[in-house]
Amino acid sequence: MSKLNLIIRREFIAKVRNKSFLVMTFLSPLIMVGMLALVVFLMKKNDEKVKTLVYVDNSGLFENQFKDSKSIKYEDFTAVGIDEAKAKVESGDFEGVLLIPKIDSLEILANSLEFYSKESPGMTIMNSMERVIETRIRNLKLTDFQIDIAKIEASKISAEIKMYNFSGEESSKLINGLKIGVGAIAGYLLMIFVMVYGTSVMRSVIEEKTSRIIEIIVSSVKPFQLMLGKIIGNASAGLLQFFIWGVILFILSIVATSMFGVEMTDIQGSNISSEQLEAMNKAAGNGKLELIIQEILRLPLLKLFLLFIFYFLGGFMLYSSLYAAIGAAVDNETDTQQFMLPIMLPLILGVYVGFATVMSDPHGPISTAFSIIPLTSPIVMLMRVPFGVSWTELGISMGLLLVSFVFMVWFAAKIYRVGILMYGKKPTYKDLYKWLKY
Amino acid sequence: MSNLLEIKNVVKKYGDFTALNNVSLQISKGSVYGLLGPNGAGKTSLIRIINQITMPDSGKIILDGEQLQPKHIEQIGYLPEERGLYKSMKVGEQALYLAQLKGLSKTEAKKRLMYWFEKFDITAWWNKKIEELSKGMAQKVQFIVTVLHQPKLLIFDEPFSGFDPINAQLIAKEILQLRDEGATIIFSTHRMESVEEMCDDIALINKSNLILEGKLDDIKRQFRTNTFQVGIEASNPLELEAQIKQNFDVFPSDFKLLSNGLRLNVKLKENQTSRDLLSYLNSKGEVQHFVELIPNANDIFIQAVNKNN
Repeated sequence: MSKLNLIIRREFIAKVRNKSFLVMTFLSPLIMVGMLALVVFLMKKNDEKVKTLVYVDNSGLFENQFKDSKSIKYEDFTAVGIDEAKAKVESGDFEGVLLIPKIDSLEILANSLEFYSKESPGMTIMNSMERVIETRIRNLKLTDFQIDIAKIEASKISAEIKMYNFSGEESSKLINGLKIGVGAIAGYLLMIFVMVYGTSVMRSVIEEKTSRIIEIIVSSVKPFQLMLGKIIGNASAGLLQFFIWGVILFILSIVATSMFGVEMTDIQGSNISSEQLEAMNKAAGNGKLELIIQEILRLPLLKLFLLFIFYFLGGFMLYSSLYAAIGAAVDNETDTQQFMLPIMLPLILGVYVGFATVMSDPHGPISTAFSIIPLTSPIVMLMRVPFGVSWTELGISMGLLLVSFVFMVWFAAKIYRVGILMYGKKPTYKDLYKWLKY
Repeated sequence: MSNLLEIKNVVKKYGDFTALNNVSLQISKGSVYGLLGPNGAGKTSLIRIINQITMPDSGKIILDGEQLQPKHIEQIGYLPEERGLYKSMKVGEQALYLAQLKGLSKTEAKKRLMYWFEKFDITAWWNKKIEELSKGMAQKVQFIVTVLHQPKLLIFDEPFSGFDPINAQLIAKEILQLRDEGATIIFSTHRMESVEEMCDDIALINKSNLILEGKLDDIKRQFRTNTFQVGIEASNPLELEAQIKQNFDVFPSDFKLLSNGLRLNVKLKENQTSRDLLSYLNSKGEVQHFVELIPNANDIFIQAVNKNN
């Protein structure tokens, strides 16, 4: 077995055998899915409680306008009067009471309604009441203007533009939402992985320094081999963890679905934007649950997966060689802080730029530029990929990433090979620069 | 005897600091070569260059007739002064890993490890983690790992630190046996008594320069002061001392003598021989003690370094 292989194997095994790896790998998806399922379950339970509202309609305009829904029931207390209604609400019989005064002007009436309750009501309650009132007053005004409401209703139409690109992919608002979701998750995941595993590479270097085994090792292998082996070993552990998470999440979501009666849409819905949720609800409401699955399957999943692997490896190599150089430069973890900022900055920038620009305009100049600049490209490009990126751009981005990765490893190795044998002094940036020339 | 290692005009600089200034050494096959020098003199830099951990700025290194190159890593065993092992790795696993890094196959490494573990009576440690071992125990494992691949050249930097006297002696015995079996040994230490005991040749590096090199015996001869420790029976010691002073340089001395005789350190003047001194003393009284003061490694070290500074 070659020495590099030996080092990769050792690093991989050391990482995988570590208790925290086992906990992170097997427990965190359980915790994540468990919490998600719990939240969705509680939300459902919460919604199941039916709230009863009463109204006192002194204007006489709202008779039979308030219709019961799944979670809200209305009772007409006009005959009972506001005082008794308030008393009933206060004693807890009802959730709240809506007072509609008698005012001739519809405009003034619209802003003169009052609602009394023991506890502040939720947004859903207020919205549903306001919608009833708005609709009713608008209809009354339309009648005043002698406009036929039936005609207005008949003229209502909803338009949907089907979107195509020139490679023949069809798309829709729903799939756009999904694309944003998938891209954001992939980019964010990549950032987390780079940080977690980069730190792990750094710790492993520091451990070799503090345990003083480093000189024994570098008398057998080149420092460059050791660094590379460490990076590859950790990347493999990262990929393994990612893979196990995928499998566990898949199994758990099936289990959770059947156990709690939680539908997949609920789980996904809680993770993504309201715009998307709306699109989904619309789809679900139309009885087209399968549509979501279909839409997901229509995303270039294989391409996404392969690119995720590529950018994960490329981005990880790029950053973790820096982490390794930092680990080599210092004697203990507390000294690393001064060097961490330049690493964290582009990572965080990538995520922010990704979230801010890719969502609004996936092919705009900023998101395109950041998906090509090597330090941010792994994150931003992954966010853009679901929207379809031309092979030319992908090629440039991937090529640049490769080139800069090679350069970065070379650069880091220079600091690394000097740093690992330096003890005592806390190095400055000036020292690091000097080491480059040793 | 041919040389296993030749270091020719090696220069190493770190920025503005010169760690090795044109150092040349020859280390003959099958010898124990003491590499001495004060802290920060450049010994570790030289050792790291021999181990190809760092590269010299200029100069040549020849190992067994060949220019030093990466394949030679497997022919060198190095026990650094700053040494340690992976704390959470098991002893056996770790020894196997390090042996494989030196180019041994897994089966061969295991076979040889078994031999050494039995020799040192430590087979019970195989599945223990390093953090469960004492410092001395871990040092034994490190020693085994250093010599396991049977390198031609062994470099020990302070090999006895961390060992109790019994284990230090055990290791010293093993080192000498390795030499007898044909290995060449570079031995860097500040413990001069072990230099005295073990080294055939020495080199002294001070402030990046080689200031002394050669056979230990030759160097001792070079540093001899022609001073003798003398004990002589005398009826009137004061008078005798005054007489001797007229012919030789005399210094007070303090050593154990059974009788109450006169005790002196006597230094020969130029053109005088020990024979002259002895016959002169014989004519004055009964000589009970007559020993040449041979400089030990410690004296040589201190003298040479002070002179150089």
